[in-house]
Amino acid sequence: MNPIYLDNNATTRVDPAVVEAMLPFFTEHFGNASSMHAFGSQVGRALKHARSQVQALLGAEHDSEIIFTSCGTESDSTAILSALKAQPERNTVITTVVEHPAILTLCDWLEKEGYIVHKLKVDKRGRIDMDEYKSLLHDRVAVVSVMWANNETGTIFPVEEMAELASARGIMFHTDAVQAVGKIPIDLKNTKIDMLSLSGHKLHAPKGIGVLYLRRGCRFRPLLRGGHQERGRRAGTENSASIVALGKACELAMANMERENTEVRRLRDKLEKGILAQISHSFPTGDVANRLPNTSNIAFEYIEGEAILLLLNKLGIAASSGSACTSGSLEPSHVMRAMGIPYTAAHGTIRFSLSCYNTEEEVDRVIEAVPPIIAQLRKLSPYWSDKGPASSPEQAFTPTYA
Amino acid sequence: MWEYSDKVREHFFNPRNSGPLEESNATGDVGSIQCGDALRLMLKVNPETEIIEDAHFQTFGCGSAIASSSALTEIIKGMTLDEALKVSNQDIADFLDGLPPEKMHCSVMGREALQAAVANYRGEEWSDDHEEGALVCKCFAIDAVMIEDTIRANNLKTVQDVTHYTKAGGGCAACHEGIEEILAKVMGETASGAEVSPPTEAEVALARVAPAAPVKKLTLVQKIRKIEEVLEEVRPMLQRDHGDVELADVQGKMIYVHLKGACSGCMMEAATLGGIQQKMVETLGELVQVLPASHMPVEA
Repeated sequence: MNPIYLDNNATTRVDPAVVEAMLPFFTEHFGNASSMHAFGSQVGRALKHARSQVQALLGAEHDSEIIFTSCGTESDSTAILSALKAQPERNTVITTVVEHPAILTLCDWLEKEGYIVHKLKVDKRGRIDMDEYKSLLHDRVAVVSVMWANNETGTIFPVEEMAELASARGIMFHTDAVQAVGKIPIDLKNTKIDMLSLSGHKLHAPKGIGVLYLRRGCRFRPLLRGGHQERGRRAGTENSASIVALGKACELAMANMERENTEVRRLRDKLEKGILAQISHSFPTGDVANRLPNTSNIAFEYIEGEAILLLLNKLGIAASSGSACTSGSLEPSHVMRAMGIPYTAAHGTIRFSLSCYNTEEEVDRVIEAVPPIIAQLRKLSPYWSDKGPASSPEQAFTPTYA
Repeated sequence: MWEYSDKVREHFFNPRNSGPLEESNATGDVGSIQCGDALRLMLKVNPETEIIEDAHFQTFGCGSAIASSSALTEIIKGMTLDEALKVSNQDIADFLDGLPPEKMHCSVMGREALQAAVANYRGEEWSDDHEEGALVCKCFAIDAVMIEDTIRANNLKTVQDVTHYTKAGGGCAACHEGIEEILAKVMGETASGAEVSPPTEAEVALARVAPAAPVKKLTLVQKIRKIEEVLEEVRPMLQRDHGDVELADVQGKMIYVHLKGACSGCMMEAATLGGIQQKMVETLGELVQVLPASHMPVEA
């Protein structure tokens, strides 16, 4: 049986058309774009074309606002460190508690270095409080960094409105949009967003390529200094094959945008409804009415996520979990904890993230496969008895916790 | 994904002795709140011989937690209680052909459940004898609590010391930054009594100054007077550069100041404040932080 890949928020398959576009840049078009000869100028032209493809997907006003980097994490670090370096009189960063580690770990380090970091809290559906946000905007804030959409729940944040508010106070605004780009329409020229990070491998381009969008006029300090590549804003020989690939992937994402928001959304909804209808004590997490069209995050109470994944994997179904045991840390997902999801449910969250490659037949197979797995694990669970949770499960089982 | 042995996978996919045990006369419920694993072990003990005739488990947990529970029941069936108590978590891990370091706590949980069940059978009170922290050293599976306790107990000062006492950091060395942080935290506490905030480099530097300073505690009025004196000392220097400084508020260890004139928004602000802070610490003999007034907590 063919495996079913429902973990597209982790990474995506490189589109065959993308592979085809990039391959010549390993062979006949191997030149260095900086070289004077024909080998180089050919590559230079291809990079220019790719830049315009990315520009089109992001709705950027100028192609020079696109800086190619090695990944989303590099773009995030570049953006935040640049904002702090370029404005030494400002020492505060505003972000959220549910950001990706690419932002949170950096912010933790910045705090150790003496900067002030405010992390906006979220409610039980993962939404931030705009009043709290407004109250924190003051003239010591260097940059606000808020993800466009959350990787675990798909919850979309009002970044355009937040950027307006920041801009009105003269504060730079950065958004980590690695999950949003290619899934929802973005038109940066009509926003006040100063910086945006994207990652190629989340939209069917290869790993190892990212972009930092930098609004023209936004003060900037490079992270990597060296050669004049990317107008001196990101030194290092261009990863030309991957840049060409990303350009092609952006073009495809543009073409697929409609489908992502109709067909993929329909399959996601079918999957979620199909699972929830069959399994008691399960619920979707995040802001269900306002989330990415491809993401469904379901909490299965009284069982643990890694065990679910292992059993799904045995049936050739790939998904991911907010459980502690899948992360290498001992804590369940910080996103689930921030939303106040109880431990007995947070550990049992499973994220299904679709792409336009998924089919109706695959969704049907998953809807069929999940219920027996949940039942099997609940049979093992001390919180569960026969057909439902042990009467008042929290009292029926109160282990001595280490 | 974790690298699980075939034996772990086999015991996870086909767990032995799972589900409630009707005639059980000993139960042990244990868990680890952080990691979200919890285990109920049920034994049927022969009152005459104290032999474990049957053992069942119910587990809320990951693959290795379920496999460890399954393995445990297989190991102890047929043993006397005293024999069973000798089963170590390493025995459980060995039975499964090893566990990834991050998952060793699953085997620990199994051993604890066993102790708890035996205590339950004998009518004793069982209490957990160790606390588990975040895993720091992945090569040797050493957690933060273990490292912190060892630093405290032996008054350790360097990463090398920690490696000698706990093995943590003796492998790939990737956790050295983490060990340094724990060291800085513990050393910060011992230097300043009950400091709660994580020490920054500046604070570690301050901690070195503190012991030499006067020990007598100042009243708030005395303290503010001294603060004013320090500010008066530095003002002429700042005024020479067309700047100035003024006391805004003192809140505990935080001293908030207004930087004025050329000092306001100056690129060297951090250096200026750092210099003032150094003088404050030397004069007051305690750890304080000098911050711009804009950092005063915003009223909710």
